[in-house]
Order: sequence, then structure tokens, then C-alpha cells
Amino acid sequence: MATSNLVEVQNVTFSYDDGRQVLKDINLVVPQGKVVAIMGLSGCGKTTLLRLIGGALFPDGGEVRVAGRVVNKLRDAELFALRRKMGMLFQFGALFTDMSSFENVAFQMREHTNLPESIIRDLALMKLQAVGLRGAADLMPSELSGGMARRVALARSIALDPMLMMYDEPFTGLDPISLGVIGQLIRRLNDSLGATSIVVTHDVAEALELVDYVYYMSAGKVEFQGTPDQVRAAGLSSLRQFVYGEPDGPVPFHYPAPDYRQDLLAQ
Amino acid sequence: MTGRIAELLRALGARIVNNWIWRLGFACRFLWFTLKESGASFRRFHLTIREIYFTGVLSLIIILVSGLFVGMVLGLQGYDTLVRYGSSEALGVLVSLSLVRELGPVVAGLLFASRAGSAITAEIGLMKATEQLSAMEMMAVDPIARVVAPRFWAGVISMPLLAALFSAMGVFGGYLVGVRLIGVDEGSFWSQMQAAVDFREDVLNGVIKSLVFGVAVTWIAVYEGYDAPPTAEGVSGATTRTVVTSSLAILALDFVLTALMFRGH
Repeated sequence: MATSNLVEVQNVTFSYDDGRQVLKDINLVVPQGKVVAIMGLSGCGKTTLLRLIGGALFPDGGEVRVAGRVVNKLRDAELFALRRKMGMLFQFGALFTDMSSFENVAFQMREHTNLPESIIRDLALMKLQAVGLRGAADLMPSELSGGMARRVALARSIALDPMLMMYDEPFTGLDPISLGVIGQLIRRLNDSLGATSIVVTHDVAEALELVDYVYYMSAGKVEFQGTPDQVRAAGLSSLRQFVYGEPDGPVPFHYPAPDYRQDLLAQ
Repeated sequence: MTGRIAELLRALGARIVNNWIWRLGFACRFLWFTLKESGASFRRFHLTIREIYFTGVLSLIIILVSGLFVGMVLGLQGYDTLVRYGSSEALGVLVSLSLVRELGPVVAGLLFASRAGSAITAEIGLMKATEQLSAMEMMAVDPIARVVAPRFWAGVISMPLLAALFSAMGVFGGYLVGVRLIGVDEGSFWSQMQAAVDFREDVLNGVIKSLVFGVAVTWIAVYEGYDAPPTAEGVSGATTRTVVTSSLAILALDFVLTALMFRGH
């Protein structure tokens, strides 16, 4: 495999403890410096895949490589060392609710470096400035709107200038302005930090505007991959239904149920 | 018939093994990891101090007020009983020994479990439900070292201090009722207390009890929080379990410790 791939997922399978198989023989690569989207319906295994890449879960079979290292074979200390070079934006931010925005951003710097307080202050303010929220440094997470909280979380995740950024549903529940802001930030921060980004999302319109490459997953498998233009032009019916938001198609509107008439007439 | 009994026994056995033995095993491993990762709680003691404020200082009101009332009730009930035998001067001894040996550690432990234990479980459970613990792990920070261990040690340190304050307030409550309200001789009240209460036998054993209760309650609280299913229902269930399990653990441990410590010699 080419050495310029920062992330390589090879033949990965994964099941939860209850036996539910969520990933079935997944293969994908994320080239260095690119923004790659993993798209698909809710519950298709996107977030699980992201957690496998971050080493929060381990696959039943196959390999996950990040920067040439097999994540699922690392010892705890090695995994923690690798994670210092990763940043992750959680679906709802996951800010520490007992700390101010500033303290949230400074958290990793305090934990992993011996930098003097004055430098930590400058760095944290620079990260907040990058997401436009330097003025909200003293606000607590409960005082932030959903979009602002997501931006503070983004500033926190880039605190140590990660080589790999992972975004878990970054657009969920945001108003159109916040959504656009987050989208722009993902692209801009990726390019200015020289990082590589993986965006897990089902927000088609926003994602196709900002990413370089798309993996479309369905029922635990990669069903389609290509550039945003190839995705828009794709003939695959399930992908078309997903991209154009059609209510019925390969993914049925109705959850499987017994016959409607019989169900109503039954005692 | 035999088959039915065997089936019932099997179901009971499975329930005990799955619900209790497994969980106890996980809880023991969790305690081991907590102890192993406790270094940061002492190297960066401000983390533990902050938790001592939340678990200890914020529990002061309930502990002090309860201690005062328990002492006042002891004063009334103790006087009522002792006066029948003409030994009302021994009220100070009765109040202080009851508090230092039993009521101080046990009642303070029960209050600590419901005030601070439940808060610890709910906080850790909610941190888990809102992915704060996962976020910490993804930032290469071990939540057991950063979140669990400081809370554990804060509880262990706070509990004996709270029990001591509870006992002190109780003695004061007994004094208010016995001496100030009823009129028991003040000199007898204090001097008999001084003569009868032994530092090692009574006070130290009481402190050991409260320390053991502190370990038990905080261990249960942090474990239940960390193990809570990440849902509203899961966190509320874990909080309830903390209070119920801690209370039962305190009462059971109290019996065992009392049997070991005070053998009537």
C-alpha cells in the first residue's frame, strides 16, 4: 500500500458483545492531507469505524493502521502516545462541563506538556481565536449554544496540532450558519495544520461541498467510493436515495412489520 | 418436582453469579486500577483538594445538623433511661461512647453515601453518558487517573473527618439537652466522659470504622458511576444502587468491625 496513506483499514470486521455484526470486511484508505467523508445511514457502523481508527474499540478481524502502526496491536502506552497526535470532535462536543471554554482548550496542554502558564494561555487563546470564540473563553459549556460548543470542542481537539482529525457527526443539530461555519473550519484547519481529516456524517449537502473523497457505507459495508462529483452522478439506487433524501427506496420507509390489514383486524 | 427444584436452583445460581459475583470481580479489578493510577491524585494534589471540597466541604451542613440532632435525641433518651437507675451523671459517657463507637461513623457514613456518594455516581455517570470520558481517553488522558482516583481519595480522606465532626456535634447536642436543658451536673457530664472514653479502644476504632466506610462508599460510588449504562435511566439506576449498596455495606461492615474491635474486655 502507498506510504502516503495516513490511515489504512484492511478487511476489518467488528461485532458488539450482543453478537450484532456492524462492520463486515471493511477496506478503506485515507491519504495524507485529504479530507475524507464516511457517509451512510444512522446505525450503518460509521461511528464504530471511527472508534476503531482511534483505538477506542478493537476489530474482531483485520487491521487498522494509523501512520504505519497497527492500532489494534499497540500496547496501552503506545496507543496513548499515538492518540496525542489525533484529535476527535464528538457528536455533541463532549466538553468538560465543569471547566470554562478556555480550560477545556488548555486541558490537553496541561496534561501532556510542561509549558509555562503564560504560554498555555497564549496557545489556548490562539486556538479559540481560530474558531472565532476567543471572546467566549470564560464562558462555561452550559452558557454556549450548540454551535459554539461544537466550535470550542473543535478548538480543544486541535490543541496539540494533531496529524489526524476525526469528526463524528459534526453537523448534527446545528443551525444553517453554525453548520456552514463548522464546515469551513474543518476544511480550513485541515489545510492550515497540514493535517488529515475523517468526517463521519450523514449530512450529504455539507459534506460533499468540503471533502476530497467519500466512502458510502450501508449495512456495515463500503458500498461506494469516489469523489463528491462521482457520488452525485452515481447510479447506485441506495446512494441516490441517500444523496437526494428520497423517503422510500432500497431503504424502506416502513420498518418491517406484519401485514397492516391483519394487524388492524387482529384482536 | 425434582426437576423444577433443580431448575429454580440453577436460575438462582445463574442470577447470583451473573449479578453479584461478576460485578464484584469487575469492581475489584476497578479498585485495583484506581489504586494503580492514583499517583496523579497525590502528585497533583489540587485535583484531590477540589474533590474534597465537593464531597467533604459541601456535605458539612447535613453532617453537622444531623450530628446535633442525633446528639440531642441521645441526650433525651439516655437521660430517660439512666435516671431510672439513678445514674444520670453517666449521660456524657453514654452520649460520647454511642457516638464515637457507632453512631458517628455509621450515621455519618449513611449520610455521606446519600449526599456525596450519589453525587459522585451521578457526575461520573453523566460524564460517561455525554462522552466526556471517551473524549478524555481520545486525548490520551486516562479517566481512571484523572476523574476516578481523585474522587476516590477525596472520599477516603473526607469520611473520617466528617464522622469526627458528626460525633463532636453530637456530643455538643447531648450537652445542650442533658446539661443545659435538663440540668445534669456539668462537671460529672464532662469528667465521666473523659474518664470513660479510651483513645485507642474507642476513638481510634471509630476512626478506623469511618475510614473503612469511606473506602467502601467511595469505591461503590465511583464504580457504579463508571459502570453506569450511558442513558438517563442507566445513571438514575446507578445512583440508586450506590445509595442502597453503600448503606447495606456500611451496616454489614459495621457488624464485622464491631465484632472484631469490641469484645467486651
